[in-house]
Amino acid sequence: MTVRSGEDASGVRRAAIGVLPFVVALLFASVLVLLVGENPIEAFRLIIQGSLGSADKLSDTVMVWVPLTLAAAGLVVTFAAGLWNIGVEGQIVLGAIGASLIAREVSAPPYILIPLTLLFGALFGIAWALLAGVLKTKGKVNEIFGGLGLDFVASGVTLYLIIGPWARPGIASTSGTEPFPTAAWLPALGDTRFSPLAVGLTIVLVVVVWMLLRGTRYGLKLKAVGRNPQSAFLMGIPTNRYILGAFAICGALSGLAGAIQATGFHHKLVPSISGGYGFLGILVVLLAGFRAIWIAPIAAFFAVIAVGSITLTLRLDVDSALGAVITGILVLFALMASGLRSYRRRKRSLELPPDPEESTSTPTPARGGAS
Amino acid sequence: MSLELRDIHKHFGSVRANDGINLSVASGSLHGILGENGAGKSTLMKVLSGFYVADSGEISLDGEPVQLGSPDDAIRAGIGMLHQDPLVLLPMSVTDNFLLASPGSLRLDRKGTRAAISELRDRFGFTYDLDAPARTLTVGERQQVEITRLLWLGAKVLILDEPTTGISADQRYLLFATLRELAAEGMIVIFVSHKLEEVEEICENVTVMRRGRVVGEAEMPVPARELVTMMFGEPIDIANRSPVSLGDCALSLSGVTIEERLLSLRVPDLEVRAAEVIGVAGMEGSGQRAFLRGICGLTQVTSGTVSLAGNDVTRRSYRHHLDAGMHYLPAGRLEEGLVEGLTIAEHFILADRSRTGFLIDWDDADAEAKREIDEYSIKGTSLSPAEALSGGNQQRLLLAMLPDELDLLLMEHPTRGLDIESADWVWTQLLARREGGTAIIFASADLDELLRYSDRILVFFSGEVLAELQADATNVDEIGHLIGGRTAGTSVGGAG
Repeated sequence: MTVRSGEDASGVRRAAIGVLPFVVALLFASVLVLLVGENPIEAFRLIIQGSLGSADKLSDTVMVWVPLTLAAAGLVVTFAAGLWNIGVEGQIVLGAIGASLIAREVSAPPYILIPLTLLFGALFGIAWALLAGVLKTKGKVNEIFGGLGLDFVASGVTLYLIIGPWARPGIASTSGTEPFPTAAWLPALGDTRFSPLAVGLTIVLVVVVWMLLRGTRYGLKLKAVGRNPQSAFLMGIPTNRYILGAFAICGALSGLAGAIQATGFHHKLVPSISGGYGFLGILVVLLAGFRAIWIAPIAAFFAVIAVGSITLTLRLDVDSALGAVITGILVLFALMASGLRSYRRRKRSLELPPDPEESTSTPTPARGGAS
Repeated sequence: MSLELRDIHKHFGSVRANDGINLSVASGSLHGILGENGAGKSTLMKVLSGFYVADSGEISLDGEPVQLGSPDDAIRAGIGMLHQDPLVLLPMSVTDNFLLASPGSLRLDRKGTRAAISELRDRFGFTYDLDAPARTLTVGERQQVEITRLLWLGAKVLILDEPTTGISADQRYLLFATLRELAAEGMIVIFVSHKLEEVEEICENVTVMRRGRVVGEAEMPVPARELVTMMFGEPIDIANRSPVSLGDCALSLSGVTIEERLLSLRVPDLEVRAAEVIGVAGMEGSGQRAFLRGICGLTQVTSGTVSLAGNDVTRRSYRHHLDAGMHYLPAGRLEEGLVEGLTIAEHFILADRSRTGFLIDWDDADAEAKREIDEYSIKGTSLSPAEALSGGNQQRLLLAMLPDELDLLLMEHPTRGLDIESADWVWTQLLARREGGTAIIFASADLDELLRYSDRILVFFSGEVLAELQADATNVDEIGHLIGGRTAGTSVGGAG
């Protein structure tokens, strides 16, 4: 969690190390394409064409980028507080459910209805995230397990709503609810799904998260809690309150992502409404080295791969899973590269004893008490 | 086998931990390395046992130069080191720990290994159980396991770094007997310590180190005073305490009991006045930590009342205690006091609880940090991360982070692991606080420190306060006996 930029490497070398995982991932994907007897260059061309090649495709890519970036921005906050918020998927789902509830049950003009759907999406996301937070702070349930459990519950609730209370009249189908009334649809450009409102909101919120972690007392305290809860507590920081705060922020952002998925992309509630953007968001944050500033470009790259690879199956004898392979390999190699860097840094600093002025003949401090 | 170190240099940044060390030890000798904390003893031994690679210099065994790139190389060359810290044993049985370290083949020779170990163990009269889970062993037993292991691996040179910390008197007796026997068999035993009596008791030759250099060599016995002068240079003046008049009651405890884990602590009624310094003595784990943490609300006070300057703070939150004017500085400076990865400037922002603005003014924070760094002469910049500071500078940072107004300071081991200069500096700061009216309660394992700075001393023994002493009416001997659980009545004439 304490991945820091390698201050020791020069800028050029750092950039090279940053680019290397991308090169390796593309090479690896090329080998896979070659193995099934297709042309990798053609595959990559199709991915680009399939994601950026037309206004329609471009807007789809952007509308994948939006929830992915929102979820990743939320995750940067929970990671800063030292939390592995695996429950992010469920928080997206609950956001979609909250938005669907308003979109289905409330009739109002769009300028009221749309903000209301987004607000409820965020609120539902917060509630679901706080559940994981309370389980952790009060129940001592590790947030990974609590979150994972809540993810399953959330998708169960979605399915129940779709085949139960919100089922389409006369049809027992898991393909989703009735489309929302158009007043609840996120306003989009032309025939595309491109929503300037969603994009604008996303950009603003990423900047807010970046500011929060960089220049506010709140963000600094979150980081202190994340890096050393014991010290933070002794400094007088109410650690549990900050942990809940981080969960709430991430819940709001992922809930919003879910609301946009429902009202801006599918225009109804579907079973796998989260699109896996929560888990993908974790990969984005890992690749970004937990820094908010890198989220938007990396999420854009992921969105291109995700949308573009759908074309592969149609045009080449390559499954669209190639996209997931590329992103997975990319993250693996990026983590390996950063692991290698910190290993080398540690090895160097191992040469430095912790107390250069003093000998190491200091007894280890007693670590008796509870935190 | 003879061992020779020639012109060993080892620098850490600008710190010369070893600055041209020469040392030769003949076969069959028990050689002491004596020096204060920070003299460079441990660094030298880590070079010798392959943990560090020297910047320059040569190590030879029997006249043959050897390259020691890792502890593995060292043990293969016959050099084994017994570290001071509780030894790392994996959570499995003693025998399995040995098998893990067994060299070579894939097949585990459990039977043969057991036989070899138990033979070694019995020869030295060690008492540990081969099938016991490693975690159940005492520090002394772990040490015996480790000595057995090193001998089993073929060590001819055995290095012991402060080996008597935390072991019982019987174990110490057995350890010394073992070391004498090993030396008699022709092994080289290097005994590293800052405890004069031990070196006097067991070593035949002594090398004294100070500030990274060898400052003296002697064949024992040598008058202790000579060794002390070699170790410390000219005697250091103790900053003489100016008499401070005590103020009103700062802290009062009545009928307090504190529960922490298995420990249940009964605290006698106590009044601490402003500007008073209370020392807390006792073996590690006798209740001192629970006592300090109970006073500041980190550990549950199960009965009685704690009041700070007349305000009842019993069972209020820790933050309430902070607001009421007390502060707690724990023993683990980097573990519990500072946040790894955050800079000095960020620490000052976090420590300043009076400012609550949402946005951070970084220029302001930077200026504030620079001012504090100057005032407390911290070696670092406002952008240095906490973990880059040495122990002494971490302690300076923690002291600098304390609020200006403070009624009561609770502190564990104020100077543990610090060199003399830093330790003096820490006490200069604490005494200045005291003159400003802050009452101080500190726990320490250093009896001199307790005697020198306290007005009163509380001695803890297994969850009880055994005695409350006036510092100017007691001495090291008395406290030493009390720490071991012997009350004044039984210690007269009997102890020894």
